[in-house]
Amino acid sequence: MQEFLNMGGYARFVWPAYGLGLVVLCWNIWSALHLHRTALERARRRAAIGEDAGQGSR
Amino acid sequence: MGTWTWFHKLASPPHFYRIAGKMIPWFAIPAALLIVFGIYGGLVRAPADYQQGDAFRIIYVHAPSAWLSLMCYSTMAISAAVGLIWRIKLSHALAAACAPIGASFTLLALATGSLWGKPMWGTFWTWDARLTSELILFFLYLGYMALRSAFDDLTRADRASAVLALVGIVNVPIIHFSVTWWNSLHQGSTVLARGGPKMPLSMLAPLLMCFLGFTLLFAALACVRVRGEVLIRERNATWLKELGSPQ
Repeated sequence: MQEFLNMGGYARFVWPAYGLGLVVLCWNIWSALHLHRTALERARRRAAIGEDAGQGSR
Repeated sequence: MGTWTWFHKLASPPHFYRIAGKMIPWFAIPAALLIVFGIYGGLVRAPADYQQGDAFRIIYVHAPSAWLSLMCYSTMAISAAVGLIWRIKLSHALAAACAPIGASFTLLALATGSLWGKPMWGTFWTWDARLTSELILFFLYLGYMALRSAFDDLTRADRASAVLALVGIVNVPIIHFSVTWWNSLHQGSTVLARGGPKMPLSMLAPLLMCFLGFTLLFAALACVRVRGEVLIRERNATWLKELGSPQ
């Protein structure tokens, strides 16, 4: 295990590379879901306002 | 059903929104499996490289991100062109969805390349053709996103940014062929090398899994983002009211 973590002496290059990969992966998932969720909330609000104003949103 | 009927149906926002939603698990689940097994194979199962030792294992993050940075840009530029020529809103939505994904993986390719360059070349950065053209790609993504946010009107933002995306596509072949055209510190292609891949199967198989996994991950992320972009572009459409609760 110690040997695996040591990465043949390249641990300080290999592990940060994988760490950054994980950060980019997590950011992408969060950011995509966040974009969709906010867009959905705004779309719903717009549709609701359209109804209240009696415009019949079309 | 004729091709055009199918095409028009797909091009209708509610239909597209629903299809994109249904596709997400079909991309995300294989992506997760391929990436987990690919990284495991690359970190644990593959032997150390005879020249680079264990440092070569950075390839399993670096090469797929670099591939994604190019693939994503091409997708973005092609859909921007389609949107520009045929005035299809959905194409612009897809182009806009690609940009942040592409930018983040370009940054990852640059950062992991830098971490790989230090032990192999003795430097984190050098103004080499491959590195410089990839950095320009990152700035193209940033410029594309900055240009979009400079417009209040979404239609104008779509058109103007599409032109920038199209101009920037010349950089894609430059990046790809930079290691052949110029004397570069960057190593040449390993997988697409003439005479077959220059790697044993135990190293190559996990790499191919990562390539495919990252590509499917891009598809899943693009599906989620494009749904958001479609909603942003649909104003006062009746179908918005019929949307179910989130998730």
